[in-house]
Amino acid sequence: MKYVVCLKQTPDTTELPKITPEQALAGNEGATLVLNPWDEYAVEEGIRLKERFGGETVALSMGPESVDQALRSALAMGCDRAVRLWDPSFADSDYWSTALILARGIEKDGGADIIVTGKMSVDGNAAAVAHGIACKLGIPLLTQVARVVDVSDGRITVERLLDEGRETVTAPLPVVISVVKEINEPRYPTFIRIRKASRTPIPVLSAADLNIAPEEVGQAAARVRWTHLVKPEPKKRQVTIIEGDTPEEKARKLLDYLMDVEKVL
Amino acid sequence: MEFALSEEHRLFRDTVRGFVAKEVRPRARHIDETGEFPWDAIRKMGELGLLGLDVPEAYGGMGADTLSVAILFEELGAGCGSTALVAEAHLCLGTAAIVMFGSEAQKQRYLPALASGQSLAGLGLTEPGAGSDLVHGIRTTARRDGNEWVINGAKMWLTNAGVADYVVLLVRTGPEGGSRSLSQMIVPTDTPGFEVGPPEKKMGLHGAWSHAVSLDNVRVPLENLLGEENMGLHQTLQVLDGGRIAIAALALGIARSAYEAALQYARERTTFGKPLVEHQAIQFKLADMATRIEAARLMIYRAAWLKDQGQPFTKEAAMAKLVATETAEFVTREAIQIHGGYGYSREYEVERMYRDARLMSIGEGTTEIMKMVIGKRLVTE
Repeated sequence: MKYVVCLKQTPDTTELPKITPEQALAGNEGATLVLNPWDEYAVEEGIRLKERFGGETVALSMGPESVDQALRSALAMGCDRAVRLWDPSFADSDYWSTALILARGIEKDGGADIIVTGKMSVDGNAAAVAHGIACKLGIPLLTQVARVVDVSDGRITVERLLDEGRETVTAPLPVVISVVKEINEPRYPTFIRIRKASRTPIPVLSAADLNIAPEEVGQAAARVRWTHLVKPEPKKRQVTIIEGDTPEEKARKLLDYLMDVEKVL
Repeated sequence: MEFALSEEHRLFRDTVRGFVAKEVRPRARHIDETGEFPWDAIRKMGELGLLGLDVPEAYGGMGADTLSVAILFEELGAGCGSTALVAEAHLCLGTAAIVMFGSEAQKQRYLPALASGQSLAGLGLTEPGAGSDLVHGIRTTARRDGNEWVINGAKMWLTNAGVADYVVLLVRTGPEGGSRSLSQMIVPTDTPGFEVGPPEKKMGLHGAWSHAVSLDNVRVPLENLLGEENMGLHQTLQVLDGGRIAIAALALGIARSAYEAALQYARERTTFGKPLVEHQAIQFKLADMATRIEAARLMIYRAAWLKDQGQPFTKEAAMAKLVATETAEFVTREAIQIHGGYGYSREYEVERMYRDARLMSIGEGTTEIMKMVIGKRLVTE
């Protein structure tokens, strides 16, 4: 069995308040870059699949050299190999082009039985790339996966987390699954794995390696464009402390306030 | 010259930072307020190998270098001073003494459990009448009786004594006195006669328990002598040299955390019609804080580098501890000043950091002892 985890490097969300819309639009956030938090669950599940059903787990990402840091985090957690896909023509690719690049990367690496992605990225928030990969490869997609029940006889059985409850479904391999945070608790890398990961070479596959023409990707092929970005105004809250000698008096004042001033009751 | 962390160190720092953000810092206030021992974090650190970080791999450790140790304690210190101090006393004092001076048999016997965090360790030096002046002050004695050492006396401020399985004690074995009259002993804490008092009531670091210990005819086998008989003082000073890099890093972590809290507060709080950060008086404070933090980190990293290169580092470790711990006091004070009245309130973390930082220029060699160590090296080198 072979599992490929597709992951993205994103800005650390704790630094998002500092980032301006102009920086975000230019793709130059100037923030600390980390492994997309949703993808940590995907990496963990890719490793658990290997531990449960045997085989190899490969981390895959599209992006410039800085993305190696995210791939090394995945290696440190326990992925066996990492591959980065990059070519100057890949810059400014939209979800669809990114999915094409990742799909070609998976094919070039010899395919996969189970492709694991996170639910979405914390910067783009589109939750579209997993769909694109499945389309490009022509294989089933299972989203919202909260538990892998079993992998056997060329099929995968999973529980999907839906608004109404949990749904158990089965699909033939190969398959793309996108996982939610309920699926596992990502592990911390041990120092020994960190040391190994920091010394593991990460091969890079270019547009030529993937047989991708410049007009298929990047700005030229983008179907989605971010024309403008607006930062929501921080919410301003008014705090009123209700004074009173007894809890009963405070409760009475609160009730009066809710009925007479806020008129919510 | 290279000022960037290697890929290995960067990945390690990011990992520890993530661990601290999730497992250590959220508990810091609770630990401070209740004085609970940080078992959760300590157990998890054991599983990750952090409690044996620089113990050689042959004995179950991670075999990491001193720079990694410095990185670990800066991050832990930034999250929770108590948790950091527990780990520091375990790894850099008790365990380090066995790594440095243990026989092959002692290393094989004690280190695997200590490196994995199954057992904790501590180092007992201070006594009711002995702190900085160990040579003249130590009154705890060990005398031979057949196949055993019989230890009598008392220790103070023994961090981890109540939770450790083993402590290394500095005891007098030579009645003639002088610097060659002390020895280090490995003492299991369940030995009859080893009595641990309740955790001391302290200004800060409430979750890092420090105890008074009385030793009443505590018998350990002769083989529990650590290193060479009557060379315990020299051995202890060498252990403390390494520990100083870690305690300096811990203090640096507290300082960094207080600085970051102050910067964030100064961005959010408005006075006289503009955010605090736009006032020059506040910017000057932030500039001093950030500059001293940067200086302390460079000194710590250099001392760690010297140690890893096998070069003399006693003076540099003392300088790093001196600067980092005084920086921690300065920065936590200024952080409270920037917070104003709120900074004095327990609602804000800087109040805890100020109290935690205060120990750093006392424990494991006071600021004054650091200056003696530095001064002695300056005039004799």
